[in-house]
Amino acid sequence: MMSTSLPSRKLFDQDWKRVSFWGSICALSQVFICLVGLPAELNRRILIESTLSLGYLFIIWVPLVFGYVVSKMVELEGVENPKPGAAELLSGAITGLLGGLGLVVLMLGIDNFDLRDPLLNWNPKLLRLLTFENSIGFGSMIWLLVGVGLGVFGASLHQMTTRIRKMVAYAIFGLFTLAVLEDVIDDLSEGLRLEWLSDMIYAKRGGITVTSTIVIAVVLAALPLLTRGKVKEAVSRYRSSDNPAEQQRNSIVLFALVAVVFLVLPWFLGGIINELLANVGLFLLLALGLNIVVGLAGLLDLGYVAFFAVGGYTTAVFTSPNSPWFSPETHFGISLLVVVVMATLAGLLIGAPVIRMRGDYLAIVTLGFGEIIRLLFLSDWLKPYLGGSQGITNIPGIDLGPWEVRGADPRSVFYMVLAFCVLAIYVSWRLQGSRIGRAWMAIREDESVAEVMGINTVNSKLMAFVVGAVLASFSGAVLAAKVGSVFPKSFEILVSIIILVVVIVGGMGSITGVMVGSLVLIGILGGPRQPGLLQEFQNYKLLIYGALLVFMMLKRPEGLVPTARRTRELHQEEYLQDAWLGDDDSEQQEEAGERL
Amino acid sequence: MSEILKKKFKKRVSGVDRFLTFIRVLMATLIVVGVLAFIAQQVWPENPFTEWRNPDARGLTGDQFKGLIVSGLSQGAMYGLIALGYSMVYGVLGFINFAHGEVFMVGTMSGWITSEKLHDAGLWESNFILSLFVIIFVAIATSTVTAVITERIAYRPLRNSPRLIPLITSIGVSFFIQNAALGLFGPTSKGYPRLPEWLSKQRSILTVEIAGTKILVMVVAAVSMAGLWYLVERTQTGRAMRAVAEDKEIASLMGINVNRTIVITFGVGGAMAGVGGILWGLLFRSVTHMTGFLPGIKAFTAAVVGGIGNMGGAMAGGVFLGSAESIAPMVILEPLGVPGVSQLKDAVAFTVLVLVLLFKPSGLFGERLSQEDRA
Repeated sequence: MMSTSLPSRKLFDQDWKRVSFWGSICALSQVFICLVGLPAELNRRILIESTLSLGYLFIIWVPLVFGYVVSKMVELEGVENPKPGAAELLSGAITGLLGGLGLVVLMLGIDNFDLRDPLLNWNPKLLRLLTFENSIGFGSMIWLLVGVGLGVFGASLHQMTTRIRKMVAYAIFGLFTLAVLEDVIDDLSEGLRLEWLSDMIYAKRGGITVTSTIVIAVVLAALPLLTRGKVKEAVSRYRSSDNPAEQQRNSIVLFALVAVVFLVLPWFLGGIINELLANVGLFLLLALGLNIVVGLAGLLDLGYVAFFAVGGYTTAVFTSPNSPWFSPETHFGISLLVVVVMATLAGLLIGAPVIRMRGDYLAIVTLGFGEIIRLLFLSDWLKPYLGGSQGITNIPGIDLGPWEVRGADPRSVFYMVLAFCVLAIYVSWRLQGSRIGRAWMAIREDESVAEVMGINTVNSKLMAFVVGAVLASFSGAVLAAKVGSVFPKSFEILVSIIILVVVIVGGMGSITGVMVGSLVLIGILGGPRQPGLLQEFQNYKLLIYGALLVFMMLKRPEGLVPTARRTRELHQEEYLQDAWLGDDDSEQQEEAGERL
Repeated sequence: MSEILKKKFKKRVSGVDRFLTFIRVLMATLIVVGVLAFIAQQVWPENPFTEWRNPDARGLTGDQFKGLIVSGLSQGAMYGLIALGYSMVYGVLGFINFAHGEVFMVGTMSGWITSEKLHDAGLWESNFILSLFVIIFVAIATSTVTAVITERIAYRPLRNSPRLIPLITSIGVSFFIQNAALGLFGPTSKGYPRLPEWLSKQRSILTVEIAGTKILVMVVAAVSMAGLWYLVERTQTGRAMRAVAEDKEIASLMGINVNRTIVITFGVGGAMAGVGGILWGLLFRSVTHMTGFLPGIKAFTAAVVGGIGNMGGAMAGGVFLGSAESIAPMVILEPLGVPGVSQLKDAVAFTVLVLVLLFKPSGLFGERLSQEDRA
């Protein structure tokens, strides 16, 4: 290898085409975000007192990201790369500047033309927001400066040392998390009688106060300096302990810790947060079921909501006194047995016809089944039995002797959901390593090979459908008891898609991934009808879910918390290449050894 | 020896196969019984079956029946136009472009905006033909651009990944476009301006009462189909498209620019969806951000019915599906005594999809796919 490094590029030695391309994309995205109405709608949520709202955040992340992208250099192996320098910073600045220009043009446009007829958000409200209730000149100056600043900042991320980059990342993500979790921390500190804590961090009208922002940012940035990778070391030590007994002890301790946290936490939380956690749990249950169907067996079931609906409606028919046709008014426990039977039947009924189809046909046909079931629930035909669009109301809570699980008491619902989730996690975990679980994974990877190896693919796939269906129906049953009513409207195709996003973002086939995915997505953005921590997202949830799905598929198809096997499958070529290179190395070593 | 073999084969018929046969027989019986009951009800309204299942049936008059067929045909022509996009993309890239329904919606939306503006300018009344050309042109342009951009951003990087990955991506694209339209234009239903009297009035052609709009829809669909047929079968570009659909690698060895051809395929599919979008606007005169979802899935059904990858099949499948969903509720379900059949129109469309895939997965006219996609 050469020891000399190439000098960094000259300041104006730019790839102008590339810079202007990314700059105009940056401008277009910012204008698009403004016109879709994100800033105006999200402006209500303040993140940092009197400085930054969620709405503005949604505009300013764009130049940062594009500044980062535009100044990224293609790393070529075996070739000396020029050192990043001022030229990269300049290209970032230009990108940000072009983005700011886009906003300036938008402001001038809103001021001079009236396009409100088709474009809903082409209105003075947006203009006021963009100009900070000041003149257009003032607004333009601010946006140009912000664009240049963030573009440079984004570009400079490449040039920081790892440690500084880590500090910056800790500070930014920590602050963002803290701002998002405002409600939770408020709630928690009230429950723990630590009101002074939340009063210190958060301002009265929402958002972190400016002083605590600075303090927290400094503390967070100092964290990596203080720990110096000790945490990482501990984690890796914990993971890689060779002694099986120790490993077992470790995992028992971890499990006990998590269990205690989840059992104790609800007592310190208010109703809203408990309700939110219960929703997260319901969707986690659904996602764990879909994880078996999609993640393990590789069957893309887009009509998964059908099983959710079966669970909900069966519970409603069996427990509600208002069920129009057949109302035995049984206890929830008995109806749960019926739910299992019905879900198994539904799984077999939907699974059997689709099992022989190609993967993508299977997706569309299950989607069709999901819609057929919803349309049947909605139709006049089944109205005398299932109530049509009015649904079935007045479903009683779950009577558990001394306790009663009712929707009005979110804490009890949370515990109920938690019990089901623990069951589902245990089942998925045990299934994963079992014979059938390995059969599923084999089918996912290559069906014909799996068949040749003696796996009964038809039965295994049906099994996956049935297990997924039963888990989803549990979720439906608890939902029915929680809400107290079921309507066809609650079982739209949207539910299937959102669960699919949860599974994919978390990581297909990974239980931890699915847990993380549902906690982050359902907890922060919310489910199809349930608000999350950022309730302001209500109307834009699906936009973000859609964008997230595309982004994950393009950049990280294995998910946030991937399983090793899935990653290898999806990045087969890179692995093969690495293996090949590795071989090369070992050969060289061998040669060296021989020479010695 | 043969005894053993027989035994073995007997064992090979699994429960799933028996169940599928049962479903096939059941569905076929239901359809036959429904049709027979319908005929009986028309010929002899007091027959015992009708008395039992559907006592207050009045049957269909000849005019009503013709009306159902005509509206089925005109809607089917529209489904056919959208189905072409699915079929072509599946033929070339081997994945279901779930977002194609949204490309159609974008066409309808842009047609609404343009027609609104033309209406304000007064051109819509004074020169309807010209404004029709303008809105079709605008819709084709926007839909084509949308299709090409999605290809560039979302699908091209995934060209060599497993088949389900681009499908999942296209679901994401679909939801993104849908909700971007919701954010940009709001949730209200937007109405196309009123069509001129001379076009929308009922006409009587060969004893069939038919609204002029429906004739226009069928004519436009037929013309676009003819244009597409010419493009695919008679031009150099079309030949390149067929070659790429057959085998991408060999096509590129033959000097065909595969990337360009794929972009053209997406573009042409988008243009057809744009035309379909305008036809939707003329037929139903309203559009929301959800407009693309159901027609999209139905058009995919049409493509499967006709045999995916087969363009004539896609058009025929569209017409078949359109007629089936308009006739089947009245002809099969109502005589069986199912109440509120008009609500089940969409369910019928999905059932057709399931049935075709159960009975004849390669479609009525056979699929045209390359060897690798058929696997």
